[in-house]
Amino acid sequence: MAILTVREALQQALHEAMQDERVFIIGEDIGHYGSTYGVTAGFLEKYGPERIRDAPIAEAGILGLATGAAMAGMRPIAEIMSVNFSLLAFDIIINHAAKIYSMFGGKFSVPLVMRTTNGWTQLSATHSQSFDAMFAYIPGLKVVAPATPADMKGMFRAAMADPDPVIFIEHTLMYGVKGEVPDGDYIVPIGKSVLAREGRHLTVVTYSRMVHLSLQAAELLAQEGIEVEVVDLRTLRPLDMSVALESFKKTNHAVVVTEDWQSYGTSAEIATRLYEAGFDYLDAPIQRVNFREVPMPYAKNLEQQVVVTTERIVAAIKKVLNRS
Amino acid sequence: MQKQRGSTKAVTSATQSVRSSMTSTPFTRALEHLGADQLVEYYRQMMLIRRFEEKCQEMYTRSKIGGFLHLYVGEEATGVGAISNLQPQDHVFTHYRDHGHAIARGLDINPLMAELFGKDTGCSRGMGGSMHFADVTKNFWGGYAIVGSHLLLADGVALQCKMQKTNGVVMVFFGDGATNGGEFYEALNFAQLWKLPVVFVCENNLFAMGTPLEVHSSVTEIYRKANAFDMKSMRIDGNDLLGVREQVGEAVEHARSGKGPVLVEAMTYRFRGHSAQDTQKYRSKEDVEKHRSADPLEAYRKLLIDEEICPASRLDAIDVQIDVEVDASVEFADNSPVPGNEWLTDAGIYAAPLETLTVDPTLV
Repeated sequence: MAILTVREALQQALHEAMQDERVFIIGEDIGHYGSTYGVTAGFLEKYGPERIRDAPIAEAGILGLATGAAMAGMRPIAEIMSVNFSLLAFDIIINHAAKIYSMFGGKFSVPLVMRTTNGWTQLSATHSQSFDAMFAYIPGLKVVAPATPADMKGMFRAAMADPDPVIFIEHTLMYGVKGEVPDGDYIVPIGKSVLAREGRHLTVVTYSRMVHLSLQAAELLAQEGIEVEVVDLRTLRPLDMSVALESFKKTNHAVVVTEDWQSYGTSAEIATRLYEAGFDYLDAPIQRVNFREVPMPYAKNLEQQVVVTTERIVAAIKKVLNRS
Repeated sequence: MQKQRGSTKAVTSATQSVRSSMTSTPFTRALEHLGADQLVEYYRQMMLIRRFEEKCQEMYTRSKIGGFLHLYVGEEATGVGAISNLQPQDHVFTHYRDHGHAIARGLDINPLMAELFGKDTGCSRGMGGSMHFADVTKNFWGGYAIVGSHLLLADGVALQCKMQKTNGVVMVFFGDGATNGGEFYEALNFAQLWKLPVVFVCENNLFAMGTPLEVHSSVTEIYRKANAFDMKSMRIDGNDLLGVREQVGEAVEHARSGKGPVLVEAMTYRFRGHSAQDTQKYRSKEDVEKHRSADPLEAYRKLLIDEEICPASRLDAIDVQIDVEVDASVEFADNSPVPGNEWLTDAGIYAAPLETLTVDPTLV
């Protein structure tokens, strides 16, 4: 076990992946620039330009070439610097990568991993969005959004071993988060949620960066005698609700925390699943904590009111428990 | 690719004198390099495409085939001539008008007809239909129905060829209507930038669905669009089978030798509507008749007879044999089972379905 940041854990996972000669990385500013968030820093020098492919700013092209190469037997890692730019590649991702396996009768698949980032920090309207729900909406994609350094490493390994297209969602505000990471071979399967904290009064269902904020909220509430259980979904498609439902049956209260817009967002699906399978265990309406539904403002005072904060999570939990 | 029926040995020897008395043309060069048997084989391929598709139209009218049906009738010389240059290690990508390319690449017509009938024995297990024929064993990566974006997938396979040094070339077909969207330009830039072994074959049939070329493209000589990328390009007569074969052959060799991609603009014409439902308000009957009178298949048949490559009687016999094969494909499709309901589960969507299946509340 070593204590690593999310960035270091990912670097370890990527170096491991590069041991396979079929693996190459294609993306914007991954090489000469030195990598926007530092994850592939030093890779160009180590692996050379054939396998660390600095691409033109052409997202459809990046995903299109990666998809074709994957069909033909390569194991490409396509990096889309910011998920906001992935919109230019949605045709390739949705109409091709996600469809090819079933549309052609299961004769070939697309073993592609697309790394991308959510995040915000006064970047205004077009650089602060989340499209988690849009990816997770698509049958044929697998969508993962790990929260811890260990899961980053272990789930990246699982993504690389998977014969289907995997959308691997990172977060710009999480690269410095530290945690214990097992050495050597370490794999965390796709599609398995996990308990991040035990409690008995209320279940928070969440994933990615919101796991950390939810744990902070739980810590604060513990001082008031409220014991919050936190479930980290880790994968959005396929969505494993088993851990969340077990917890919900015990606590009878739930808050869903996701860093995206509420209407038609990931929290809508998660809450619906809780209602459908857990209605008989429900003691109070489920609350959701999300981005406020506006294009992200630049001004810091406004941005702070849009994003999810620990305070907003605490308030939602207290509301469900009727403890204001 | 496909074995030719019967022997033309006697005919071959009879043409030797004809060849020696002529100046060098694509015909004489093809005859010299390939022999008469192969020239007759190209006729067989074109006629097989024609008769297969005429049967498709009939089956569509009888509601045996659903969805969209885009016929290649009239454009056969481009597909057959271009694909005749490919080796087994090479690759083909195409658009939704994909029947002709599939047959030219040597796909058996039984699974093709079964695919159109939505049967489990179809080349895509009944999951794709007319627009999505594929056969990975022949590196025929499929027909794609979103205009222009498959060019990028073709680049991706070419990148694999280059990185793994397979000596393979990727040939990708698309229409004039595909050359205005962004993915076309991204595909050309990537291919030239990274010297990928791709032959881009634009089948310019003068219409983007029903919108005339001069209405949809600022530059109507599509091959000139390659100039923006310093890419080799050419405009050819797509209705002259042997001309297509020879000129696309040069493009294939250019790509294979590592010099980079080529954009080929093949001028051709589709005799039928865009799809089976098309009322064709965008062009006159006279225009269609004018092109039909220069049918590339009839022209090639006449060439084979006039140059004494093959007597009409033997070509007629080939036609009869093709009709038998096409009828057999209908019988095969009719008698095939439909696909099972496993396609409606994660096992039909993912190569590696996970234990945590997607829950469909309506099925609980």
